[in-house]
Amino acid sequence: MDNILELKNIDKIYGVNTKNPYQALSNINLIFKKNSFNSIIGQSGSGKSTLLNIIGTLDSPTKGEVIFNNQDISKYTKDELAIFRNKSIGFIFQFHYLLPEFSAIENVLMPYKISNSKVNQDIINRAHELLEIVGLEKYKNQLANNLSGGQQQRVAIARSLINSPNIVLADEPTGNLDSDSTEAVYNLLREINKNNNTSFIIITHDRKIAEKTDRIIELKDGEVYTDIEK
Amino acid sequence: MKLAFNIAKRFLLSAKKQTIVIILGIAVGVSVQVFIGSLISGLQKDLVDTTIGSQSQITLANDESNQYIDDYTNIIANINDNQSNIKSITPTITTSGQLSINEDNENIVFRGFEFSSANEIYKIEEKLVENSTMPNSSNEILLGLNLKETLDLKINDKVYYNDNNPSAKSNVELTVVGFVDFKVLDLNSSWVVSNLETTQDILNIQTTETLNVEMQLKDVFEAANTRDSILLTLNQSNIEAVTWIEKNEDLLAGLEGQSISSLMIQIFVIISVVLGISSVLAITVLQKSKQLGILKAMGIKDCGASKIFLFEGFILGLFGAIMGILLGISLLFVFSTFATTSDGSPVVPLDINPSFIALSALIALTASTLAALSPAIKSSKLSVIEVIRNG
Ligand SMILES: Nc1ncnc2c1ncn2[C@@H]1O[C@H](COP(=O)(O)OP(=O)(O)OP(=O)(O)O)[C@@H](O)[C@H]1O
Ligand SMILES: [Mg+2]
Repeated sequence: MDNILELKNIDKIYGVNTKNPYQALSNINLIFKKNSFNSIIGQSGSGKSTLLNIIGTLDSPTKGEVIFNNQDISKYTKDELAIFRNKSIGFIFQFHYLLPEFSAIENVLMPYKISNSKVNQDIINRAHELLEIVGLEKYKNQLANNLSGGQQQRVAIARSLINSPNIVLADEPTGNLDSDSTEAVYNLLREINKNNNTSFIIITHDRKIAEKTDRIIELKDGEVYTDIEK
Repeated sequence: MKLAFNIAKRFLLSAKKQTIVIILGIAVGVSVQVFIGSLISGLQKDLVDTTIGSQSQITLANDESNQYIDDYTNIIANINDNQSNIKSITPTITTSGQLSINEDNENIVFRGFEFSSANEIYKIEEKLVENSTMPNSSNEILLGLNLKETLDLKINDKVYYNDNNPSAKSNVELTVVGFVDFKVLDLNSSWVVSNLETTQDILNIQTTETLNVEMQLKDVFEAANTRDSILLTLNQSNIEAVTWIEKNEDLLAGLEGQSISSLMIQIFVIISVVLGISSVLAITVLQKSKQLGILKAMGIKDCGASKIFLFEGFILGLFGAIMGILLGISLLFVFSTFATTSDGSPVVPLDINPSFIALSALIALTASTLAALSPAIKSSKLSVIEVIRNG
């Protein structure tokens, strides 16, 4: 099987039972290949984040199926979804979202600790390695709060990779970085995609960045407007 | 489990000021509880002691008035063998008559004691005034301190006694060997005490007979049960038993009132501790909702998220209880050391009971953990998507 993810007839309506329901997504059908490097673009309010959250099982579609590695995850219980997210998905959010009370290395190890009671030397080595890849080995014991925005974003990237997920979902991961840092972060993600066989779906409004990915999906008013694969 | 605990610990450490304030709050609650509890329990013991500490707590008598109990040594042996709640037991005779010297006459209560055991209840030997001695042969008597003045007596004076009982001997010559300060006006102005044989002789009864058998108990609040058990094992239909409770209903009502007010105070302290902790933790859930959202996105289960707050409650309760006990004990110490009367005894009697203190701590710990329940539930319901969207 070459597909990691399949979206079938996805609708998302906000406020279904209210006076003015809002259809954020309508009839989305998409298939993502294993080890692919995808981007989603579109105007503000076009439904990008809504779609990514549904893929990441943080939100559920009003209609339709989300199939991961041939498994229909729409039927999972909340706890099963939590385990699934922990093992299979890495998140990079637009606003960094590290735990400010913990150090960089503790943040990187957090997804591992959620599912494993013991932290062994192998995983600590891996955390160091990931921090080195994102160039933050020196800052590993700094509290997340004391890191700059770009540094926090890079820690979040390291964290999203610690459990070797099948797919990493990134919502404007370079949203508030300068263009040099943005360039560096994308090169990093690309490299990880090549070396670790991890799929990526990245939301961006930066066309220049989107051009560098293998596939550009453009949303418009909650529908797939264009879908260009290189 | 371990992760939830570590996160809880880190959350608490990252807001040190807030944490210290909550711990102090719990500590004050626990210390108030420990202090008030010890104080009320001490007051109760003191009250029980002064009211019924020097009197009979269960009294046996013949169920027909003016009749005596026969073969009392057997009865005492039976009670000593079968009852575990008896602190002391002694035969006593009480009668009344007139004491005369020269022209003076005085109505008195004549009491016959077996001093070796009666001292445990009436502590007569401790209450002797200067130069008095205990009666050690027949016809020697001790008098309440006030009788010394009313009859103008001194040690070794001879007095004459006429009992009100028609079958008793008359004009019995008795020797005064001492005076007793019972610290109760009524007793000081009416009691005349001799040994049991003298009384039996005056009343013309057998040496195996007594009017009453009096007892003091280890646990005075078990009096009714002990009485029932005594009557059951004695199995003598002509003997009746009266407890202090029947004679002191006011005292019992007072003690119960104190117990209830003590309980109320403790309940209110617990309620305020619970409300305090749950409101602060509820705010913490709001403060930490971003963190909870991240943890949930990374796959922490809802129950794992709840555990963080239960642990926060537990940790706060634990340190609060420990500090509260230390604070409470120092408060007790300060009170019993510095608030003393002129003779050095504490103004307020305190009853420091380790198991009560431990119980207060345990209650605080449980209450704090339970107080974390509603924030914990709130955190488990928190939706990731809200947090992610609202940045
Ligand atoms: N909880 C909600 N209730 C109602 N409407 C919502 C809700 N969440 C999102 N929407 C609406 O759904 C539409 C899509 O929102 P979404 O956040 O997916 O847009 P987006 O493409 O990510 O935009 P941006 O580039 O600004 O992040 C928007 O019009 C938004 O107002
Ligand atoms: Mg968005």
